[in-house]
Amino acid sequence: MKILVAVKRVIDYNVQIRVKENGTGVVTDNVKMSTNPPDDNAIEEAVKIKEAGKAAEVVAVTVGEEKAQETVRKALAVGADRGIHVKVDGILEPLAVSKILQKIVDKEKPDLVFMGKQAIDDDCNQTGQMLSALLNWPQATFASKIDVKDNKLEVTREIDEGLETIEINVPAIVTCDLRLNEPRYASLPNIMKAKKKPIEEIAASDLGVDVSPRLEQLKVEEPPKRKAGIKVANVAELVQKLKNEAKVI
Amino acid sequence: MAVLLIAEHNNKELRPFTLNAVTAASQIDSDVHAVIIGQNSADVAKQLSELPVVKKVLSVEGAHYENFTAENFTPVIVKLAENYSHIVCSANTFGKNLMPRIAAHLDTSQVSDIIKVISPDTFLRPIYAGNAFATIKSNDAKKCVTIRPTSFDPCQSTGGSAPIEKVDASEEFSNTKFIKREEIKSDRPELGTARIVVSGGRGMQSGDNFKLITEIADKLGAAIGASRAAVDAGYISNDHQVGQTGKVVVPDLYIAVGISGAIQHLAGMKESKVIVAINKDGEAPIFSVADYGLEADLFEALPQFMEELNKLNTIQK
Repeated sequence: MKILVAVKRVIDYNVQIRVKENGTGVVTDNVKMSTNPPDDNAIEEAVKIKEAGKAAEVVAVTVGEEKAQETVRKALAVGADRGIHVKVDGILEPLAVSKILQKIVDKEKPDLVFMGKQAIDDDCNQTGQMLSALLNWPQATFASKIDVKDNKLEVTREIDEGLETIEINVPAIVTCDLRLNEPRYASLPNIMKAKKKPIEEIAASDLGVDVSPRLEQLKVEEPPKRKAGIKVANVAELVQKLKNEAKVI
Repeated sequence: MAVLLIAEHNNKELRPFTLNAVTAASQIDSDVHAVIIGQNSADVAKQLSELPVVKKVLSVEGAHYENFTAENFTPVIVKLAENYSHIVCSANTFGKNLMPRIAAHLDTSQVSDIIKVISPDTFLRPIYAGNAFATIKSNDAKKCVTIRPTSFDPCQSTGGSAPIEKVDASEEFSNTKFIKREEIKSDRPELGTARIVVSGGRGMQSGDNFKLITEIADKLGAAIGASRAAVDAGYISNDHQVGQTGKVVVPDLYIAVGISGAIQHLAGMKESKVIVAINKDGEAPIFSVADYGLEADLFEALPQFMEELNKLNTIQK
């Protein structure tokens, strides 16, 4: 089995983001960037399946600017075999990304495509589902457990009401929840080794995909600030305030 | 053209957030139709027809719709979409799973998780876990929109009598098979709709210690929440998780106990009307969003809190 894993470069989850004063977006210059956290879970799961002898190859793919390649390199350092970097500048909508990934799937013919359930920058939660629609493949979204059984996967999904288990036939798309596994850290020798692993560069413009935006981002602004609260001295004061001032209990 | 709302239900009744989604749909266009796809779901269709805002109900029945599989729902909705300008549903796990599959078939760029309808083509949505708000205008002919349920009031639920029209089922998608659903049952109010939420974090130190929270929640008629750290540590099950990757809650009162206030947790609760933080670390970020902060050891504060509640003559429920 061959697994393709899509990874995205985003502002690191520990960074407190700042909105640009001109309202065109958030500040990304000199800001720490990392792989989108659930994409790390997707890579980890693919590598684990390979280590269990159930997959022959793990290929990491990213779509983005020059520096996005760092996320592919990181995937190679934790066990992916080779990488693909689809180069494109500017921000792409999930629909465009899924069309690009469809072309990569046509070319690579993987049995499974894994990715994070959501990117923590635009919080869209769309790309995996859109890709599975374009391919007419089954989709297992928000996966917290994956069992590989011959040409089927049994996947436990995190849903609002609890957990749901589905069985999907390969080829299939799985979007990964943070709870799926604990991503490993890359060891120094593996980081060195990853530098020798191949990354194929493809210009998005060569794929014949229409990536023009359909949405206009008119403005980005800070959310309304909460007014500063007070510290109470003890529990009695807290309960009294909740009862008589806030009137919520 | 009218707006098509996708109803979320369990074949017996509407899920409560469908009412919030109906409100959002009606802010896009007053002509709201609702589609209900299910198995033996006639009662739900009737319930939908009684929502005064809904002008027409489309009912699709089939055994393969029993478990709400997106692969089965999509072709029906894509076909119906011909007659509609917008497709709308809630941005909970049901809608998040389903809507992008529909949008891709319609070749339209979805607008996810909106918190405000500015005009029929322009919406406000949070990005970066709610640390910024983006105003987005869609230039697609058909618009697929998911709405954050807690940002819209539920619509009125009785008094309407919309016609119910049957729609033919589509073929079954055979490569996805439902196996089971494990729903967590509780006598407490649902986390997403509770008036009061009491949440515990890593500071609780063990699952056993959550009984201090349970006791207070019972007294207040509150739902129990948790930070991702508490869930990951195994103190409590994931359906309690509040935050960017869990549930977004907007209760009248949110009590955060032993929660430091990571960005991803704040994203799920900072719109609450009144926020209380109990934490022994006075520098914890949770205090920056708290209306009332108590710097104290939770193992002393929680029993005292219970004592104080017991002293009150009345407690609002």
